[in-house]
Amino acid sequence: MNSGYAVTAVALVALATILVGAFGLRISRTTSDFYVASRTVGPRLNATAISGEYLSAASFLGIAGLVLVQGPDMLWYPVGYTAGYLVLLLFVAAPLRRSGAYTLPDFAEARLSSQAVRRLAGAFVVGTGWLYLLPQLQGAGLTLTVLTGAPDWLGGVVVAVVVVAIVAAGGMRSITFVQAFQYWLKLTALLVPALFLVLAWQGDGAPRRAFDEPATFRDQRAVRVDDTLRLTLERPLTVRVDGTVDGRRHPGRTVRLAAGTHRIEAGTRLVFDRGAEVPVRERGSGGGLSPSQAESRGERPLYATYGLILATFLGTMGLPHVVVRFYTSPHGVAARRTTVAVLGLIGAFYLLPPLYGALGRLYAPELALTGDADAAALLLPDRLIGGLGGDLLGALIAGGAFAAFLSTASGLTMAVAGVLTQDVLPTRGVRHFRLGTVLAMAVPLAASALVGGLPVADAVGLAFAVSASSFCPLLVLGIWWRRLTPPGAAAGMLVGGGSALLAVAATMAGFPGSGALHALLAWPALWSVPLGFLTMILVSLATAGRVPAGTAAILARFHLPEELRAEAKA
Amino acid sequence: MAPGPAERRVVVTGPPRQTRRVSGYYRPRTEIDEQTTLGHTYVRSLMRTQLRTALAVFAVLGLLVAPLPLLFAAMPDASLLVWTVLGFGLYAPLVLLARWFVRRAERNERDFVRLVEDR
Repeated sequence: MNSGYAVTAVALVALATILVGAFGLRISRTTSDFYVASRTVGPRLNATAISGEYLSAASFLGIAGLVLVQGPDMLWYPVGYTAGYLVLLLFVAAPLRRSGAYTLPDFAEARLSSQAVRRLAGAFVVGTGWLYLLPQLQGAGLTLTVLTGAPDWLGGVVVAVVVVAIVAAGGMRSITFVQAFQYWLKLTALLVPALFLVLAWQGDGAPRRAFDEPATFRDQRAVRVDDTLRLTLERPLTVRVDGTVDGRRHPGRTVRLAAGTHRIEAGTRLVFDRGAEVPVRERGSGGGLSPSQAESRGERPLYATYGLILATFLGTMGLPHVVVRFYTSPHGVAARRTTVAVLGLIGAFYLLPPLYGALGRLYAPELALTGDADAAALLLPDRLIGGLGGDLLGALIAGGAFAAFLSTASGLTMAVAGVLTQDVLPTRGVRHFRLGTVLAMAVPLAASALVGGLPVADAVGLAFAVSASSFCPLLVLGIWWRRLTPPGAAAGMLVGGGSALLAVAATMAGFPGSGALHALLAWPALWSVPLGFLTMILVSLATAGRVPAGTAAILARFHLPEELRAEAKA
Repeated sequence: MAPGPAERRVVVTGPPRQTRRVSGYYRPRTEIDEQTTLGHTYVRSLMRTQLRTALAVFAVLGLLVAPLPLLFAAMPDASLLVWTVLGFGLYAPLVLLARWFVRRAERNERDFVRLVEDR
């Protein structure tokens, strides 16, 4: 495809983001503006901003890619990302806003009056934030590489520079406008091409094979394998090979590959016949935006599905960039209404990625093989429509994808920089906030340069699992249970979040290759969330004497409607 | 009774009476503000109501979602059903559940305010 249009689109998005941010800057004056936009953001603007921030690269490109490779079971991701907001609304939204704290560590300190718990929560916020920033930067790199052939690191650097500029300059007030703008940009960037793609699909006779299992090639298709990979075949496959398979050279011969795993060397050309099944890459041989743990699902699909559901349903409430947004609502009732609006907005958005996944299975199934499945949405307009129209629509999607990287990255940077400024750097002034912003972005940028080819996209799934096992118990018990003690909270966060972190780290390092233990470690949420809750409750009960003195008054503040609160009017 | 000409105006001095305070009668609102045991009981009752509402909606969500993976696993050929339910079918119920919860939660709060403001 013509990369000129895509580069223009990405540049326009970056420019528009800076302009909208500058507009916010003109009215961002005080420290309170900086951190929480002076708490005057109305439900509608705030909901659009939250949605804009939440719909990350994983949503914009990753889901379509996952569905393309793994089939419809992967649609549990967007469902979980949405339902997470419902759970957040039920247990957390209004009390969290009424707690009146700026950040998660502030919440921990206000509820438990303990500096130690505050610092622990801060460490988890910074850790989760960095884990989540990493795939955003790498995704930006992938997008630019696929579109223009630019080097891997360039996309990440572009995102990092723009985000640091916006956040450091305008703080929360500024990014509220930026993100509201980017929600609509992202929706348009997926909706408009989707309409054209569906029309093209209709014009093609509306083939239904997208829903078949497994995906098949609808035309003869040649695939060039750029990196050495391992393929798993469920059934024998006949394919014309020009290159090296399983250590043997085949100069353009038709080969019958038996069921099982085969090693395809880099540079090999495979020609698949019409109707051939699309083989699946072995786990660990591909990176990308989407949690590649998904590829180990085959071993325990049901357990893995429930693990995924639990992690996304309960993990959303603890993501640092999600939580910090609730402090910008003017009061608890507005926080609740905002959340409902968010559910509607992200639900509407998530109707689109499955469409791209289905069309991708139909028209670009070989992407599952080359490991560029995340680029499916970017490449589809060219495949289905082609010509100038295809180029322009592809450029629109590329612009939207960049908006996704920018918005999520700025929200995360904001949250991490907030914690760094308040708890690490010596003073809390706006100047140090700017220093914190640079720090918040520098670490994941350096990490993405260092770990390069590793499947760091696991980080998204990891961030959800860690957040569900550490912050979810802290928030839910902190808000609803009066007997929570500081030692209990600290122990629960460490045991729950720590064990989830270790489990996924072990999986990423490839420790148990397969079997039940592997599934348990790759999808920790199902046991680590109950473990976190249980530890928090048991240790709190064992240290019953340490319940903070003002607990009753604090809980009253969390739950009483604003009109009953004397100090709320101040 | 009209004042007779023989009566004269007399100025009576004394401690000023507080305008609206009725001694011996405290509204629940005051109990809460002053954090008495009774006030805490009021707050606790509000928390319990809100938690019950949240758990009820959470249970509906669980009943809606939890059987789905089992159902899909039991019907391996129904991939079109999986596409429809997961791709398009679940978002509207989620939004409706959220709206239902917010309406209930706000009503709970209104009822509570009416109770403690003694209106």
